Amino acid sequence: MGKEISLETMSAEYVDVLRELGNIGAGNAMTALAQLLNCKVDMKVPQVRLLEFKNVGNLIGGEEQIMAGIYLGVEGDITGSIMFLLAKDSAKHLIEKLMGMEMQGDDFGEMETSALMEVGNIITGAYLNSLATITNLKIFPSVPSICIDMAGAILSVPAIEFGAVGDKILLIQSQFMDEIELNGYFIMVPDIESYGKILASLGMA
Amino acid sequence: MSEIIKVGMADLKVCKSPNGITTLGLGSCVGIALRDPSTKIGGLAHIMLPDSKAIRNNTNIPKFADTGIEELVKQVVAAGAGRSRLVAKIAGGAQMFAFQNKSDLVRVGERNVEAVKKKLQELKIPIQAEDTGKNYGRTVIFYPETGNFVIRSVGREEMVI
Repeated sequence: MGKEISLETMSAEYVDVLRELGNIGAGNAMTALAQLLNCKVDMKVPQVRLLEFKNVGNLIGGEEQIMAGIYLGVEGDITGSIMFLLAKDSAKHLIEKLMGMEMQGDDFGEMETSALMEVGNIITGAYLNSLATITNLKIFPSVPSICIDMAGAILSVPAIEFGAVGDKILLIQSQFMDEIELNGYFIMVPDIESYGKILASLGMA
Repeated sequence: MSEIIKVGMADLKVCKSPNGITTLGLGSCVGIALRDPSTKIGGLAHIMLPDSKAIRNNTNIPKFADTGIEELVKQVVAAGAGRSRLVAKIAGGAQMFAFQNKSDLVRVGERNVEAVKKKLQELKIPIQAEDTGKNYGRTVIFYPETGNFVIRSVGREEMVI
């Protein structure tokens, strides 16, 4: 059992470590995406933010913005969950690129949803893999689940998980570009013991 | 001029006629609207978790169904609403993701709704209408003037309960 560390009481040094892990994870995720799409994908330096619940919606373009969320449970040495969020137009662009055809209309059908889930699976898988490599911890993702709805409603799910232990949420925003700018967000929700384990594995706690 | 007051996640506010009060994108959280029909004073709470007693770090009163509803009642009464006349409408508590395991977390929407109903019953505040559960997000707007609780969802007709 690692030491229990919450986001509220965590020192700036620990937050920096989590931020760096987020950077590396997002970088790996983008490499995976570039391979999947078979094209060059540029990315900006990810922004890592510790936010209060009521401010989360503002950051990602409003609670009512329609987004696609891919959500996975995490098991192994650390437990918790991870979510990858993508704005609807970014999601649409990715699907069209992946399937090599234009989407009819604005609605995501079964095929589009399934393609998007696979993209999310690969991206979050790459993210978790890099985390596992750095920390030398076993991290196994579960089968993903997808939801396309208002940002606030999707975010309520990880927010509630964060809410069980504190009053803030850790959000990693990764902007990446191929032909157009895409906005993606990672939300990693380790259980309270897992923060300690992650930091301990890096010789920090 | 009337305005629309905004309530965030884990937040609550009082609202008097002719103003309206809203919370955007309710997922597994639950929105509780209270109203005194005679003074037309009301309020809205956006709770995230069912029970403050189940958690150690529980100082954030509006985050929980039990403490959030108590606080909302206190604030609307302080604003001039009659305690015995209060009625409630509730919405939210959806299950956004279809998971197989992780039973407790998946059911958090459902558990939130149960906890809200239990607390309202305990406080003897009747629930006039509800739109809860299912698997989609909701934006709600409440008007203490009429008691109308407007619910908007993606790809669905707006409804008033």
